[in-house]
Amino acid sequence: MRYSWNWSVLTTPPYFGWILSGLMWTVLIALAGWVIAFSLGSVLGIARTVRSRAVRTVAAAYVELFRNIPLLVQMFLWYFVLPEVLPKAAGDWLKRGLPHAEFWTAVVCLGLYTAVRIGEQVRAGIQSIAAGQASAGLATGLTQVQVYRHVLLPNAYRIILPALTTEFLSIFKNSSLALTIGVLELTGRTRQISEYTMQPIEMFLTATILYGAVTLTVAAGMWLVEGRTRFPGMLTSEAS
Amino acid sequence: MKALALAAGIALGCVVAGTASADDLYGTLKKIRDSGTITIGRSENSVPFSYTGSDGNPVGYSIELCSHIVDAVKQELKLDKLQVRYVTIMGTTLIPLLVNGTIDMACSTTTHTLARQRQVDFLPTMYITGNQLLVRKDSGIHEVEDLKGKRVAVNQGTTNEKIIKAIDAQEHLGITFLDTEDQPRGWLAFESGRVDCYVTDAIVEHGLISKAAHPEQYEVVGRLLSFDPYSVVVRRDDSAFRLVGVRTIAHLIKSGDMFKLYDKWIGPIAGPMNPELKYVLQGEAYPD
Repeated sequence: MRYSWNWSVLTTPPYFGWILSGLMWTVLIALAGWVIAFSLGSVLGIARTVRSRAVRTVAAAYVELFRNIPLLVQMFLWYFVLPEVLPKAAGDWLKRGLPHAEFWTAVVCLGLYTAVRIGEQVRAGIQSIAAGQASAGLATGLTQVQVYRHVLLPNAYRIILPALTTEFLSIFKNSSLALTIGVLELTGRTRQISEYTMQPIEMFLTATILYGAVTLTVAAGMWLVEGRTRFPGMLTSEAS
Repeated sequence: MKALALAAGIALGCVVAGTASADDLYGTLKKIRDSGTITIGRSENSVPFSYTGSDGNPVGYSIELCSHIVDAVKQELKLDKLQVRYVTIMGTTLIPLLVNGTIDMACSTTTHTLARQRQVDFLPTMYITGNQLLVRKDSGIHEVEDLKGKRVAVNQGTTNEKIIKAIDAQEHLGITFLDTEDQPRGWLAFESGRVDCYVTDAIVEHGLISKAAHPEQYEVVGRLLSFDPYSVVVRRDDSAFRLVGVRTIAHLIKSGDMFKLYDKWIGPIAGPMNPELKYVLQGEAYPD
C-alpha cells in the first residue's frame, strides 16, 4: 500500500479546533438525545406494563413504529419530510426560523428512537420482578402509582442498568448519523478534514480513537454506578 | 556445493522469469491480469458523468470513457475476457479504496488537485468546470456578493466548500452555511427552501436542473469562482497502467470520439463544447 502518512495535520490550525468542535457536537447530541430517550423510554416502559389495555396498545404501537424504521430513514423523515407535511408557517419555521435546526432534528430523532430501546429494557426490568412484590405493595395500602414509584421502578432500574449502559454507548455512536442532515459532528468533521488534507486514513483513525475514548469513559463511569447499585446475590452481579 | 547449485538455479530461474514479457507487469496491470478483473469506482448520482441509468447499470461520460480504457487494458494484456466490477465511491472513500487496492480507477467527477496528487495520480483532463451559484430565478441573486446574509448549502469537505467559505470570510458576507452531506441532500435542502443558494460545480448544477420537476424555476448564475478540471483517478507510481489511460484518451481525441462522447452526455445539459475545453483536449492528443 503506497500511502503518504502525515500525522501533523492533527495539530495544524484550523483542523485541531475543528476536531474539538466535532467532538463537542457529538457529546451534545448524545447527551440531549439521552435526556429525551431516558424520560420517554421510562414512560413507555411503564405504559407497557399497566393494567389499561388502551395505554398498553398505544405504547406498543409507538415501539413497533420506531424500532422498525431504520434510524437513517427516520433522520431524513424528520428533517426533509416533516416540514413539508406541516402547515406552511410551521414548516417554514422549521426550515429557516429555528436556530441550529439540524442539531435539534438530530437530537429529537435520536431521542425518540432510543426511547423505544430503553422502554423495552424498562418493561423487561419491571416484568422480571416477582408479581408478589406489587401485590404486597398494594396490600400494604400503597396506590398503584406508589407501587411503581417505591417498589417496581427502583428495582427495575437497578436490574437493567447494564443494558442501559449499552444503550448510552449506542447513542454516542448513532449520533454520527447527524452528519447526513448537515451537523458537522465528530465523523462529519473528520471526513471534512480528510477531504481538505487528503489524509483520510489518519482522520478515520482519529475518529475511531476519540469515539473509543468517549465511550470507554462512559462505560467506566457506568461500571462504577453498576457496582454501587447491584443487588447482592443476583444474576446481574455475577455477570459483571 | 549443493547449496551453491541451488542458489544458482534460483538466480537463473529469476533471470528467466524476469525476461519473460508477461512478468514485466507490475502494479495495476499485473493485478488485473492475475485476477482477470478490473474494478472501477463510480458514483450513484453525478449526472451526466457517473450515475445509475434507468436499467440499473452505471452510465455517463466518465463511465463510457473508462469503458474505452478497459478495452485498451484488455488488448494490452491480450486477455480473452476481462470482468468489470463497479464499486460505489464517495469523496471521502475514493483515496483509501484506491490506495488499498479495492478499486483500480475512479470514474466520476473528481477534480484534479495538487494536494490529491500526494496520494493518487490523474489521467489527462476530461472536462473543466468551476463553482457557480444555483438559485431560484426570483431570488434576486446574480453574483456571489448578493449572498450577503443569505443561507447557502454546500457539500461537506468539497473544494466548493473551501472556496465559498473563503470568499465569505474575505468579503464579510455573513452567509449562514448548511453543510450538506452530498449532492442529492444538497439539492433537497435547496429545493425545499431551506437555503437560498446551492454552491457546487456548474455542470453538476445544470445536471440537477435538468432532472428537476420544474426546471424553469432555477438558474445557474455568477462568475466562475474556481477552476475544476475533472480527471479519472488512478494509483500513484504506476506509469504503465496510467500510460494505457493516457493513450486511450489521446486516441479518442484524435479520432474525434471524445467529442462525440461530449455531445452524447454533456451537450444536452451544458450546450456545445466551449473553445477553451476543446483547446485543452486537443493539447492531450499526444502523437503515438
